[in-house]
Amino acid sequence: MTDKKLYSLTAVFDKPDDIINAAEKVSDSGYTKYDINTPYPVHGLDGAMKLPPSKLGYSALVLGLSGTFAAVLMIYFMSVYDYPIVIGGKPFFALPAFVPIMFEITVLAASIGTVLTMLFFFFKFPNNSHPLLETDYMKLVSVDKYGVSIQADDPKFNEDEISKLYNDLGASKILPVYWDLEEVLYEHKIVEPKFLGMLALTAIIVSGTVYFSLNKLMFMEPFSWMMEQEKLSPQQKSEFFSDGYSMRPPVEGAIARGDLPYQFADKPEMAAKILSNPLVSSEENLLLGKTKYNIYCSPCHGYFGEGDSRLRGQFPNPPSLHSQKLRDWTDGRIYHVIEVGQNVMPAYNTQMTNNEKWATILYIRALQRSLNAKESDL
Amino acid sequence: MSTVDYTREISVIEGQPPLREIDEVISKPLETKPDKKFYMAISVTLTMLLIGGIALGLSFYYGTGLWGNNNPVGWGLPIVNFVFWVGIGHAGTLISAILFLFRQKWRTGIARFAEGMTIFAVMTAGIFPLIHVGRPWLAGYLIPYPNQHSLWVNFTSPLLWDVFAVSTYFAVSFIFWYVGLIPDFAALRERTTNKIKKVIYSIGSLGWRNSNRHWQHYEMVYLILAGFATPLVLSVHTIVSFDFAISILPGWHTTIFPPYFVAGAVFSGFAMVQNVLIFIRKIFNYEHIITLKTLENMNKIILLTGSMVGYAYAMEFFIAWYSGVQPEQFTFLNRAFGPYAWAYWIMVSCNVISPQLFWFKKIRTTIPVMFVIAVFVNVGMWFERFVIVVTSLSRDYLPSSWAYFTPTLTDFGILIGSFGLFFTLLLIFTKTLPVVSIAEVKAVVDGSQPSHKDH
Repeated sequence: MTDKKLYSLTAVFDKPDDIINAAEKVSDSGYTKYDINTPYPVHGLDGAMKLPPSKLGYSALVLGLSGTFAAVLMIYFMSVYDYPIVIGGKPFFALPAFVPIMFEITVLAASIGTVLTMLFFFFKFPNNSHPLLETDYMKLVSVDKYGVSIQADDPKFNEDEISKLYNDLGASKILPVYWDLEEVLYEHKIVEPKFLGMLALTAIIVSGTVYFSLNKLMFMEPFSWMMEQEKLSPQQKSEFFSDGYSMRPPVEGAIARGDLPYQFADKPEMAAKILSNPLVSSEENLLLGKTKYNIYCSPCHGYFGEGDSRLRGQFPNPPSLHSQKLRDWTDGRIYHVIEVGQNVMPAYNTQMTNNEKWATILYIRALQRSLNAKESDL
Repeated sequence: MSTVDYTREISVIEGQPPLREIDEVISKPLETKPDKKFYMAISVTLTMLLIGGIALGLSFYYGTGLWGNNNPVGWGLPIVNFVFWVGIGHAGTLISAILFLFRQKWRTGIARFAEGMTIFAVMTAGIFPLIHVGRPWLAGYLIPYPNQHSLWVNFTSPLLWDVFAVSTYFAVSFIFWYVGLIPDFAALRERTTNKIKKVIYSIGSLGWRNSNRHWQHYEMVYLILAGFATPLVLSVHTIVSFDFAISILPGWHTTIFPPYFVAGAVFSGFAMVQNVLIFIRKIFNYEHIITLKTLENMNKIILLTGSMVGYAYAMEFFIAWYSGVQPEQFTFLNRAFGPYAWAYWIMVSCNVISPQLFWFKKIRTTIPVMFVIAVFVNVGMWFERFVIVVTSLSRDYLPSSWAYFTPTLTDFGILIGSFGLFFTLLLIFTKTLPVVSIAEVKAVVDGSQPSHKDH
């Protein structure tokens, strides 16, 4: 027996009642390193073996609560801190709307975590090299028999005494279980060609698949159809039109809506004579004119047209709008200045619509009248 | 009428078979070569799968314009099928978790198989939202991960809740199923003489050694998993119903949707499990493990949930009238008497009327009749989702945008393919893994538990 190392002495029983009895006797006899093997959970064995209640419930509680906490933290970071977006008028931290995902992550963390805790922490699985596996004993207790196994490293282990105990309990078979010496003596090494080869192969397959799918597959038809549409991008040469422009110029003589060309560009007298203000002096028009005047005119002409520029000498101050000359000008003449500019004053034809220009003139008239009011105005 | 002795518990496994025989019966399909019937069955399901594959390939290449989805009915058949398949899955979790918590021992014979159906049904269901987005290879954006756009998903959207609910449901169902399989892998490992099989079973069993020190924690973890899976299964279809109920469309915007959807899911799931089990128990000679009593119990649950669904239909009509909301009233009249009346009345006759026959014990225990009724229930539940999705969308608030939805051949090809996928996976399952839990069935055979004579 020198070439064999005993792992445990086992006994096989035929009836569930016998195994309960055996479990009680074995644990009463003071053995600590023993186990009961049954093909299915037999009620009452935990009590007979005097096992403390399972503590897995606590790990489920801890894992579940950490899942909830992690979910809240994740959602808070993503939709409150990192990139807050208003959706449907909800607050950034819309707790009721987060409850479903918090619940799902709690369940996920608790159930997967508890199972993994049981398998890898409580049971120390995977353990396919355990000496009890693939023995005659295991072949019986995994089908319809109930077994006791007392390990050889138990401090009270004595083969003859245990055999006697087993016989007294009415065991149908007593089987010794030995270590598989080949496995016990085997030395695990990391630098093994087989293991390293598998590692390298896994790395190549994983990285190759990822590279192929992200860099090649996504650019193949039909995956690429959204990126490569038959349309022209800015600055791209057109193959269809002979002039090479992809954007078509408007038809000769076409005028954009509201964009009538100004006819009196170098004829201010004609403008003064022909153009007249189409707007009436209503509150609405005056308010529009005031807004536009304050935006475009007031920086140089001042809020009240007195030529008090706010530009602190960085641009020449214009004359006052309250001079006799200005008061005598027709609306058309002022319009001409706004349209084409005068001296250093630039043209405002692109900034303001025609309507806005006329409204601004109404407002200038109101300003002029405020400093030179007639008695009838009172 | 025979008298029943209520002081004795009725045994869930008939005839007190020796435990060794249970091992043999359950592992027989794994140890024998598939017979002709199996090849015939799998060739049919693979053909269906191929039809679905072709329909999907065409849809990817030419785009989703091949489907019947039009402007008001943007959801169309893909979402109908999604809700249908997620619902089918619910029976498995109900059997393995809720009936476990209620200590219903008759569940042991059918739990493993029903859990397998859950997993396959959720896998099938998962295809539909992915293809419905049109470019399923971009579906990674559904997951909140730090991407190059530095954008996150919208946590207030029911569609995102769906992503989390369905993937959690799949993960938890899968782990529940695997935990149940570990002792059976160990039993098969000790049994088999085939070297390759031994390696596979050893990996699956993780070195399980039937130790009672392990069984103790194992039973605890099973209880915990059942405790978590119970609210989970209720939450999944609740969240699926939120996809509808959170919107403001008449016919969808109702608070009855979550319980109504869950009842409907269990209803259709049980019908599907019953249909498949009738074949399984016959083909593999499991009549004494999956007894007639088990089938009768399932029919009772079909009757219960069918009545709940019928109540929900009636309550929807009542609330539409009682609320005084005109669009709501129009929607329900339109459902029953509008252009989709044919679908509505198929749904009502299959879902509300046909399960009421289960009030008769004779019908509950006659296999061909209950099979036909369960088929009707599945047809009816598919049409229920069709009615909900299509009628509300096709006629919403704006009459100028109303349109009639007609599914195309491609739509039906994908539907056929989904059945093909589901049944192909089931057939492979029956030949590769024990479809009945060996350890659980042994534990409920008469005489397998101690008599406690000394107590």
